[in-house]
Amino acid sequence: MAIVERPSTVPAIAGGAAPTFVGPADAYGAYRRPVTTTGWRSWLFTVDHKKLGLMYGVSAMIFFLIGGIEALLIRTQLAAPDNTVLSADLYNQMFTMHATTMVFLFVMPMAAGWANYFVPLQIGARDVAFPRLNAFGFWCFLFGGLFLNTSWFLGGAADGGWFMYQPNASSLFSPSNGVDYWSLGLQITGIASLTGAINLIVTVLNMRAPGMSLMKMPIFTWMILVVQFLLVFAIPVITVALFLLMFQRNFGAQFFNVDAGADPLLWQHLFWIFGHPEVYILILPSFGIVSEVLPVFSRKPLFGYKFVVFSGAAIGFVGWGVWAHHMFTSGLGPVSVAVFSVSTMLIAIPTGVKIVNWTLTMWGGKIHFTTAMLFSIGLIVEFTIGGLSGVTHSVSPSDTQQTDTYYIVAHFHYVLFGGAVFGIFAGFYYWWPKMFGKMLNETLGKWNFWLMVVGMNLTFGPMHILGLQGQPRRMVVWPDKLTGEGFFDLAFWNLAATVGSYLLAIGIFLFLVNVWRTTRKGATAPLDPWDARSLEWLTTNPPKAHNFDVVPHVHALDEYFHMKYEEVDTDTGPRLVKVRTAEELQAEQEANADTHIHMPSPSYWPIVLAIALPIMAYGIIYSTLLTVAGGVILLLAMFAWALEPSVADDSDYDPPPSGEAGKELASV
Amino acid sequence: MSEATLTEFDTPAVAPHGADDHDAGDHGGHPVSSTGLSNNKLAMWLFLGSECLLFGGLISTYMLYRGRHTGSPGPAQLWDIPLTSVSSFILLMSSLTMVLAVSAAQQRDDRLTNLWLAVTALLGATFVGAQVYEFTTFYYEGVGFTTSLFSSSFYTLTGFHGVHVTVGIVMLMALVGIISRSKVPGDKAEVVELIGLYWHFVDIIWIVIFTLVYLIPA
Amino acid sequence: MTTTEHDEHIGHEEHGAHKPNSFYIKVAVALAIVTAVEVGLYYLDLGKLFMPTLLILMVVKFVTVVSLFMHLRFDHKMFSWLFYSGLFLALFVYLAALTTFQFFDGG
Repeated sequence: MAIVERPSTVPAIAGGAAPTFVGPADAYGAYRRPVTTTGWRSWLFTVDHKKLGLMYGVSAMIFFLIGGIEALLIRTQLAAPDNTVLSADLYNQMFTMHATTMVFLFVMPMAAGWANYFVPLQIGARDVAFPRLNAFGFWCFLFGGLFLNTSWFLGGAADGGWFMYQPNASSLFSPSNGVDYWSLGLQITGIASLTGAINLIVTVLNMRAPGMSLMKMPIFTWMILVVQFLLVFAIPVITVALFLLMFQRNFGAQFFNVDAGADPLLWQHLFWIFGHPEVYILILPSFGIVSEVLPVFSRKPLFGYKFVVFSGAAIGFVGWGVWAHHMFTSGLGPVSVAVFSVSTMLIAIPTGVKIVNWTLTMWGGKIHFTTAMLFSIGLIVEFTIGGLSGVTHSVSPSDTQQTDTYYIVAHFHYVLFGGAVFGIFAGFYYWWPKMFGKMLNETLGKWNFWLMVVGMNLTFGPMHILGLQGQPRRMVVWPDKLTGEGFFDLAFWNLAATVGSYLLAIGIFLFLVNVWRTTRKGATAPLDPWDARSLEWLTTNPPKAHNFDVVPHVHALDEYFHMKYEEVDTDTGPRLVKVRTAEELQAEQEANADTHIHMPSPSYWPIVLAIALPIMAYGIIYSTLLTVAGGVILLLAMFAWALEPSVADDSDYDPPPSGEAGKELASV
Repeated sequence: MSEATLTEFDTPAVAPHGADDHDAGDHGGHPVSSTGLSNNKLAMWLFLGSECLLFGGLISTYMLYRGRHTGSPGPAQLWDIPLTSVSSFILLMSSLTMVLAVSAAQQRDDRLTNLWLAVTALLGATFVGAQVYEFTTFYYEGVGFTTSLFSSSFYTLTGFHGVHVTVGIVMLMALVGIISRSKVPGDKAEVVELIGLYWHFVDIIWIVIFTLVYLIPA
Repeated sequence: MTTTEHDEHIGHEEHGAHKPNSFYIKVAVALAIVTAVEVGLYYLDLGKLFMPTLLILMVVKFVTVVSLFMHLRFDHKMFSWLFYSGLFLALFVYLAALTTFQFFDGG
């Protein structure tokens, strides 16, 4: 069995003839590292990518429900003409926070959760490159999201739309502190994204199992890699925008003061240079999940692996050249509009390539319609619909009619809900057994899926009609006298959309019921319930703290599949025959387990450093003293992080139960 | 700061099967990464790549708004080119002393490393001091942060740069302290090299700012 | 662990061409001269040639510090890719944005 040694105090640094080493006994004062492996402290100070992945997932789902409630309130308000469920002011806050929450506090962290949990497993690594930085990123996201949402109780939430156009969202027109909470909260979550991106890129580049070349990596890992590059370069752009906004609102700078000569388009450019890569950041992880699920449940390898990889990279690359399609009606002028129109049309191509490859993966395969598979096929259908409306937006003359109407709302909900969210749910049903050792109920899963499909199409389908008939976005009421008749009776379609949103909510509620029932009495899952293809399945349920007893040597794409199956010549031609089961592979692992596995130690400082940030942010809004206090914590935490010993002192551990000093058994 | 990657995380890059295992003394081997490159160095270059987008945005904002200062002084009235040329030269020379510090670190000469690190920090502090003097002068000439679009953009751009320099100075001095107490986590030469990369980056941003902001007449 | 073993493990990225200090001092002197020329240009009247010359000198200094002081020329290509991707992406998006403001339309 694998013996995970308590982190060693023996100097173990390479790096030259005279290494220096910070032994725990030499550590400055109180920087002892935490040692608990159970209880709430083990979560608070963990650096384990799997625990962090779970925390990202749970937090993201809670924000999903909050964002969902905000959506239901919007739809309830719009169910009837001239409705009074929400005041205009509250309505503005509602659509702003719904979008901000869904984009920044649900989809992005949910993808981060999937990436954190499964990328190291898929590449055969035992953790990420910078475990403490990973923990820091999670706490930044959580504290940033919580900070942002306290605005509801502290004077009102941001109300300028999730894109916060200036000068509409300046202090003059948006006087409450809501926009300040928005700009500061997103700065904090932005730090999470940036550090997470650097972490994952270095992990994927540097920590692959031996033999795993880049072109043998699973597609999910590839898509995550592309996303991290997008984040690394896009987050700084919105950082600039948010600083300019913060300086304007809180320190009197002139950046968006039109009287002083400011150009409102500066904000729009900065926001959308970030914002367009952002939408690929939102969708590519789900494309990756689906690229894992489809082959498994088609019993065929992914069709055109290379094309799927390169089209993902192409989307990431071309995505930098299309941002001004969000600004077609802003007065850019015909030359700029034409250029961005063409570039936007071009980006449909690599996405189309993926759709073709996914379809051809299923073609001729033996399809198993599990819930994960249903969500994946659902993504292909719904995203294609959303993509088609997207292509119509790329034609700038027609976009001039569509912009700021519900037609746009239809487009992005098809691609985001039918795309990103469906992919996330496919991930739930696919990876749940690996994470929790239980199978989510398939019957409930199918109800979950179909309610979500019917719900989303009923909610967002009619919005194409509403938009083309002229219903504008972000309007608190629609008047009865402007609704048409017959097929164009917008009152009918608005009500239909609201009903659809409630159906959606029920579908999601069923998912939660499924989770609850599975936790209480779900069927225990085998190691490899789906007969899958990639390395994350070469682990226990859930994986051990150190992931793999033996770091596998990779020989092929879909290495795990090839560990189980061999091609055998028969009378009817070559056939794939299963030569090893998952259980046998796991037993082999355990029999040959590494005996000197060192895992990174937990640490106090990531969470302490992270908490300094919202304190400073509250200080910017309310009192400089708080900012200074937060700054002091920041500095001290940074130094503590840099100077803490890499391991805890021997004396901090309880004495081992057996006679063997210095060793403890791997926790499963 | 350097993650203590070596003891903190030991991935055997070659999967040992059973017998030919690492033994206790050997797990100190520099973990061989898939690319053969250092995690920390990759991370630093990625970070610097991202900083190009950050400073690019601030520089673009400035370039857009440099001429918008109706009723208040603008670049032509404010700049003291000789002063700024000297401070630019000082920052440039601090890059040289930083290289010398890295060189000394690679030769394992702690004393010399610390000397050059301290000189670099001193030169950096002189640069910041000159900026503070410069900004104070501008303020008394009627150009504050909120005065005009030009001034807001100028102070934001140069302020961000100045904060980066200051953070660099803090890191340099902290490193001097850590080296003199022999408490560097990880590979000392690499830590000096990586802080050096950050420092040079701050210098090249100033090379761009000095040219675009000061030398190109508005 | 001997130094040679260390060298093997590290993969040579930083041991490409260990220049002596005198090399870097010469580079620094050259950079100082270029800076002096730049400042000198400010006071001369080169007319239309001023901007291109100034920008070229700026780029020369930039690339010199990046390639030599930051050792990028001698290191593994991956680092160059990572850094220059960011740099060129920044150049592209911001120049494009400024173009839409008619920034380069002269006058």
